[in-house]
Amino acid sequence: MSTESPLLSVRDLQTSFPMRSAVLRRIVGQIQAVAGVSFDIPAGGTLGLVGESGSGKSTVARTIIGLEKAQSGSIVFDGDELTSLPKASMRRVRRQLQMIFQDPYASLNPRATVEQIIAEAWQIHPDVVPRNRHRAEVRDLLERVGLNPDHAERYPHQFSGGQRQRIGIARALALRPKLVICDEAVSALDVSVQAQVLNLLDDLRRDLGLAYLFIAHDLSVVRHISDRVAVMYLGRIVETASQDELFTRPLHPYTQALLSAVPDPKPWDKPAREQIIIGGDVPSPADPPSGCGFRTRCWKAMDRCAHDVPELITRLDLHPAACHFAAELEGAVS
Amino acid sequence: MALLSVRDLRVEFATSGGVVTAVDGASFEVGAGETVALLGESGSGKSVTAQAVMGIVPKPAGRVCGGSITYDDRDLLAPGVAKGLRGREIAMVFQDPLSSLNPVFRVGAQIGEMFRRHRGASRREARAAALDLMKRVGIPAASKRLDDYPHQFSGGMRQRVMIAMALALSPRLLIADEPTTALDVTVQAQIMDLLARLQAEEGMSLVLITHDLGVVAGVADRVILMYAGRVVETGPLREVYEHSGHPYTSGLMASIPELEGPRERLVPIQGSPPDLLALPSGCSFRPRCRYADEQCAEVEPVLRQLPDRPSTHQAACHHPEGVLTDVH
Repeated sequence: MSTESPLLSVRDLQTSFPMRSAVLRRIVGQIQAVAGVSFDIPAGGTLGLVGESGSGKSTVARTIIGLEKAQSGSIVFDGDELTSLPKASMRRVRRQLQMIFQDPYASLNPRATVEQIIAEAWQIHPDVVPRNRHRAEVRDLLERVGLNPDHAERYPHQFSGGQRQRIGIARALALRPKLVICDEAVSALDVSVQAQVLNLLDDLRRDLGLAYLFIAHDLSVVRHISDRVAVMYLGRIVETASQDELFTRPLHPYTQALLSAVPDPKPWDKPAREQIIIGGDVPSPADPPSGCGFRTRCWKAMDRCAHDVPELITRLDLHPAACHFAAELEGAVS
Repeated sequence: MALLSVRDLRVEFATSGGVVTAVDGASFEVGAGETVALLGESGSGKSVTAQAVMGIVPKPAGRVCGGSITYDDRDLLAPGVAKGLRGREIAMVFQDPLSSLNPVFRVGAQIGEMFRRHRGASRREARAAALDLMKRVGIPAASKRLDDYPHQFSGGMRQRVMIAMALALSPRLLIADEPTTALDVTVQAQIMDLLARLQAEEGMSLVLITHDLGVVAGVADRVILMYAGRVVETGPLREVYEHSGHPYTSGLMASIPELEGPRERLVPIQGSPPDLLALPSGCSFRPRCRYADEQCAEVEPVLRQLPDRPSTHQAACHHPEGVLTDVH
């Protein structure tokens, strides 16, 4: 990762939404949904992006694929700077950059057959698969995602939720992308089906060399699939590390609280650990606290946290955490 | 003596595709002061079972067409009985608090309404009682928030308001249907903690309905697992989780990614969740089961005690020996 340039490199990304008044719809302020986010994803790598509602994780994804406009910062994908790319070139890039959404039903045209849904992208990119190969290619894709190729003529409503998500995955794979952004892609599925889809995503990564930006609120799912993990809170990454580091040695108080809050089906198997239950809710991104965004819920917060925004810095060769007290936290765990 | 006793409950729904049996002969009991988890995935019938207990099965599509529900020796299926007990003796908390609260009334007044209507309290008494409840469910600055409207509360605080309303008349049975599913994980932990604390303080019975096996692990005494409208396994929580006797239960446990230890490939349950319009003969789980044989296609398995396990632990499977020795 250090020698080769990453497949996706995001630097200081900021995305904001206008806040409008109730009646006249005048712009009265800005909601800073993404407030300076940086990360890399190497070819074939998986970055897990976790956070609760209002963390800005989905806005990061939508900005990368061009559904939202970046306010500032840079997004370099496969050598192209996406924030300043002309529309025509964006089409070429989007071929390599696909997205899978949470609700497969809402993202599939109900009046189109599965074959039409998957083949649609080839109308825009005719060079990927020649016309006379469409049918065969659709059958191959369906088989690859674990669906019956004979069901290509069926409509989305004839499939279960898990099968529809497989259709969404087949559609994302149709253009042979290098990076797939999964935005809560397994969150709406029953746990028995979720495990099937996670295994499928694992297989596809291995067989096709795909890279993932895997966005989810479920930490055990993120741990399962990610090489690296970034934790977001109120538009900022507060901690990032390898999967193994983050889950065994969380440094940021928010990460610690988040890990502690994950429901454990076998609590008696683990050594008794103190459960951290933090009070309150995630503050509104429209009115974030001064200084550290987490200070209103943090048990370590001091005066300093209200004034200085903690930087995401690496201390003592461990992983970066944006907390004024991360150094002493490191002392406690090392 | 159980506080709530459900026997051979059957609930049917008329759908565009035909009549489905959403609950198909479910039986279970909830003891006084006990916390029971009713577990299952989509289509399992867990929420419809709760609706039947509360007497709120959506009509005319839905219909309780068999079995009995007894609460404290009273027949809940007899006309008017469930309605009379609702709110006073049996209360319910739903997944989405915003749709259960009236958007145009202040929160304090909505909680206070319970005391005004059922206890004949004066406006002032109701307001004081509402404030007291809001403090008990952990709403910060409760006296300031009495006059706020529901939309001014966050999701977690709204769920606390719903819990306050449910507790207003000191019910002996509280049913919480996916109470934390719509909430962030840190807020979910707060609400589960609150429910467990209130249950201990009040000594009420608590039925937690959820699809998430982890959420109830530290809270529930006993679990009831449903699949395709039937109870497939029941027993003390730890006993069921550690020595699952039904392949569906052991399959669910193996499907959950671990938060610690080595990362291993998940072992999912094959196939799709049941289509209630086209259930197979015999055992409903059979198309997804690796133990299935001819007997499973012919004979519907009934709940029975598992070999060498406590009598409180029962599963509806013809081949529990295989499941029990299967180590995940």
